[in-house]
Amino acid sequence: MASEAKEFSSQEYVSHHLTNLTWGRLPDGSWGVAHSAEEAAQMGLLSIHLDSLLWSLGLGIVFLVLFGIAARRATAGVPGAFQNFVEVIVEFIDTTVGEIFTHTNKMVAPMALTIFVWVFLMNLMDLVPVDLVPKTMSLAGVEYQKIVPTTNVNITMGMAAAVFLLVLYYSFKRKGAGGFLGELAFHPFPKVFAPINFILEGVTLLAKPISLGLRLFGNLYAGEMVFILIALMYTGGILLAGFGGILHIAWALFHVLIITLQAFIFAVLSVVYLAQAHDVPDEH
Amino acid sequence: MFNLGTFLLQLVFFFVFVGICVKFIWPPAINAMRERQQRIAEGLENAEKADAALAESQQEAEKILQQARAEGQQIIDQARKQVSSMIEDAKTEARSEGERILEAARAEVAQESNRAREILRNDVATLAVVGAERILSVDIDRSKHSAMLEELVQEL
Repeated sequence: MASEAKEFSSQEYVSHHLTNLTWGRLPDGSWGVAHSAEEAAQMGLLSIHLDSLLWSLGLGIVFLVLFGIAARRATAGVPGAFQNFVEVIVEFIDTTVGEIFTHTNKMVAPMALTIFVWVFLMNLMDLVPVDLVPKTMSLAGVEYQKIVPTTNVNITMGMAAAVFLLVLYYSFKRKGAGGFLGELAFHPFPKVFAPINFILEGVTLLAKPISLGLRLFGNLYAGEMVFILIALMYTGGILLAGFGGILHIAWALFHVLIITLQAFIFAVLSVVYLAQAHDVPDEH
Repeated sequence: MFNLGTFLLQLVFFFVFVGICVKFIWPPAINAMRERQQRIAEGLENAEKADAALAESQQEAEKILQQARAEGQQIIDQARKQVSSMIEDAKTEARSEGERILEAARAEVAQESNRAREILRNDVATLAVVGAERILSVDIDRSKHSAMLEELVQEL
């Protein structure tokens, strides 16, 4: 039936958009790019999402180059427009971090800046029309292309895990192994219930990076999904396409807020977690 | 969905990017900004100081101007007073000079008339003697009658 065929193609369209360009060991034993979702799944542990990683790397380099140029050219004289733009962001991050993070640690503010701009740039890819890059790439022979790295849970969880490692590092460094473990074990119940405390606090501790990574992933994944579904409407006749156009503009405008907000939340929460890691109980 | 390689590589990227930012981007940017902030603050402070100095010197100038004006007025007043006193003096002098000249003229006139009277008196005495001689046809001894003649002259 016609409707069934259309439904199938819609489903295919969506799932095609949600498939990463996966690089790994092919069934025939050679290394290369998977040509179907099944092939990608078969690669198992020894594979990487080439598209997400390359976009992530590229956008990170864009950040480093842009801000690096501004930093190199930074003088105490009158700043130019680009200089000013970069400095507004640096100043904004510096103030925000200053309000949250009251300890001295020279890496926290730059880390927040890196997270904010990098995640923002990755999120920004969501505003590129969903078919533009994948279609262009497919003409060039690349079958799959997901250009928004933050819609890939591995990317967001990778960053969240990095933040978590920093949290663990500074917790041990500031409180000592005993202090940190004691904080986990002797709280909230008396010391006799140490195992229970440890489980409870362990969950609390682990919930931080997981919620951090999944929040960003969930927001961006949902946003991208809406864009893909709107893009589907363009194939449904002139009326549906017109309505889709309006929805597209509305969602894109709204999404500008979301991508900025999510980048900011990720950065701020990372700073908050690091601030907690630096809090020695005696200080209070 | 989960892909360990992607996860780990992104984790590594994170540390690399954050590390580069911490080392090479943040310090020069924030230092330049702080320095500029300080410069602007200094500039504003200096401007404030300059404003105060300007107001002060304006006040000073106003004071000096006022003083000069008052001094000028004083000099003009003095000059006016001097001029009027000089005119007054000249007037008084002229008046006294006139009076003096008048007095002298008067004295001269009186002297002149006295002299004329004297001459007239002598003439009259002579005339009287001549008349009397004619009448009496006798010589009048001038020496004899000099006393009487003197008396006559006195009476004239």
